[in-house]
Amino acid sequence: MSEVLVLVDHVDGAVRKPTYELLAIAKRIGSPSAVFIGGADKADAVAEAVKGYGADKVYVVDDAEIKGYLVAPKAEVLQQLAEKSSPAAILIPASAEGKEIAGRLAIKLSSGLITDAVDVQVNGDEIVTTQSVFAGNFTVDAKVVKGTPIIAVKPNAAAPEQGDGAGAVEQFAAAISDAAKTAQIVAAQPRQATGRPELTEAAIVVSGGRGTGGDFTAVEGLADALGAAVGASRAAVDSGWKPHTFQVGQTGKVVSPQLYVANGISGAIQHRAGMQTSKTIVAVNKDEEAPIFELVDFGVVGDLHAVLPAVTAEINKRKG
Amino acid sequence: MTLSNIVVLVKYVPDATGDRKFEADNTVDRVGVDGLLSELDEYAVEQALQIKEKRADEEITVTALTVGPAEAEAAVRKALQMGADKAVHVQDDAIAGSDAVATSLVLAKAIEKIGVPELVVGGLASTDGGLSVVPAMLAERLGLPQVTLAAVVETQGDQVRIKRDGDTATEVVGGTLPLVLSVTDQSGEARYPSFKGIMAAKKKPLEALTLADIGVDASEVGLAAAWTKVDNVTARPPRTAGEIVKDEDGSGATALVEFLASKKFI
Repeated sequence: MSEVLVLVDHVDGAVRKPTYELLAIAKRIGSPSAVFIGGADKADAVAEAVKGYGADKVYVVDDAEIKGYLVAPKAEVLQQLAEKSSPAAILIPASAEGKEIAGRLAIKLSSGLITDAVDVQVNGDEIVTTQSVFAGNFTVDAKVVKGTPIIAVKPNAAAPEQGDGAGAVEQFAAAISDAAKTAQIVAAQPRQATGRPELTEAAIVVSGGRGTGGDFTAVEGLADALGAAVGASRAAVDSGWKPHTFQVGQTGKVVSPQLYVANGISGAIQHRAGMQTSKTIVAVNKDEEAPIFELVDFGVVGDLHAVLPAVTAEINKRKG
Repeated sequence: MTLSNIVVLVKYVPDATGDRKFEADNTVDRVGVDGLLSELDEYAVEQALQIKEKRADEEITVTALTVGPAEAEAAVRKALQMGADKAVHVQDDAIAGSDAVATSLVLAKAIEKIGVPELVVGGLASTDGGLSVVPAMLAERLGLPQVTLAAVVETQGDQVRIKRDGDTATEVVGGTLPLVLSVTDQSGEARYPSFKGIMAAKKKPLEALTLADIGVDASEVGLAAAWTKVDNVTARPPRTAGEIVKDEDGSGATALVEFLASKKFI
């Protein structure tokens, strides 16, 4: 069975959830080979983690020489691994950096690239991807017709599947060109831990907009009761109520959770572009004419500052 | 290194507030709809102009470059009105239906034709395809590094430093010219063209190039040459009308809890 390369998404060796989703997709196509580019001292723990989600092989690429350099060295690593292993496909998380790696890799390998796949299925000998475009108004089924399919996959495109892979570890010494070691991270300020799930990965997202009036207490209370991430509309971010990292929408994060709860958000096209593909959508808004109500599975016309605390209290009561 | 040339990538896109649609061959309808300079590219033009203004002692030329049908001229015109010095429009019937790979090829060849600048600036993403991969592909083709998704841009001499919201951290990224830069809508409000700017733009040079001019064979671009193939485009079924209740004395909260419980979120 052909290998399928999966680029491991991690922060200092802590494997992020999209990696496990990619491994689940890789299993549909062939034999998953995780590619870990990171610190050698973290390799054992990472190998153990990805093995638990079906990785048959784990390529370990020590990043001592390339740590901090952006995109280009990782594209070179994947190029060299692809030339060595002739994989059936290369799966990369559709994060900002992931997509840039995929873009460079596509040119290097003369291979077609699909970005932002929300689903990947195998149909006979074809790998068929699904993308959501134009603010989620259209669904596009596409495939790569040249070279090795390179697919950048969005978070939540598949459910992680536990199950033992062979997990054979192989050290891989990539030859990195000097040209690739140019743009680099000079300083990084890790996001302050909120104790809440990461916005793009969360199964539930609770967002607030202009209607919060700047007071996110009710929104955050509901988010915590539901174990959800907190998001914000552009209006709320532009008002300085939340940092840009909370923004859901075309120029912020695009989320596709199981449940999206929009509070005091009117539902402008820019916001819809960031949440329209959520499985279930709920809105609370004082204005019954708000366009967000066109999207919802369930909507409450009312004051979020009254409705949300009551909902939160009831959820907490049921949880005991 | 002194900075003498900046190329800004601009794209003509269907208006997102209009009725965007696809053609029979599954390509985006770029002719039968109202279009405009992609809003997100205005921030790229703005940053290019700001860099030029901040480095007033250097002789810097800002060139707006677009690839697209005849209508796409509107995109570079807008850039000229904002203050770009000249414009280049690559137009060729063979380009229609090109994917990001072919688009990056046309851009790279056009840039090589007009002279590789010290700095290429692009936007966060187009407002139509929205792939965000063209700057990376272009950088790869030109053999340049890229610093992307900048919320704050600073340049000094041959050094470029940006600040950006990375996926897991706020990062400062540094690079040395020449390089490809992309900026987000956080980088600073784009200026409106002034009346003077609009009048001046009419006299600025706008060069039209064909594929032959930039040395790209028609067989390398367009729908037939794409490295990916779209099998199907389906309009998303309208969401079935949901249930909407009016909150009266807490009834809304009760109903919402019941809904969440019925969907097993609680």
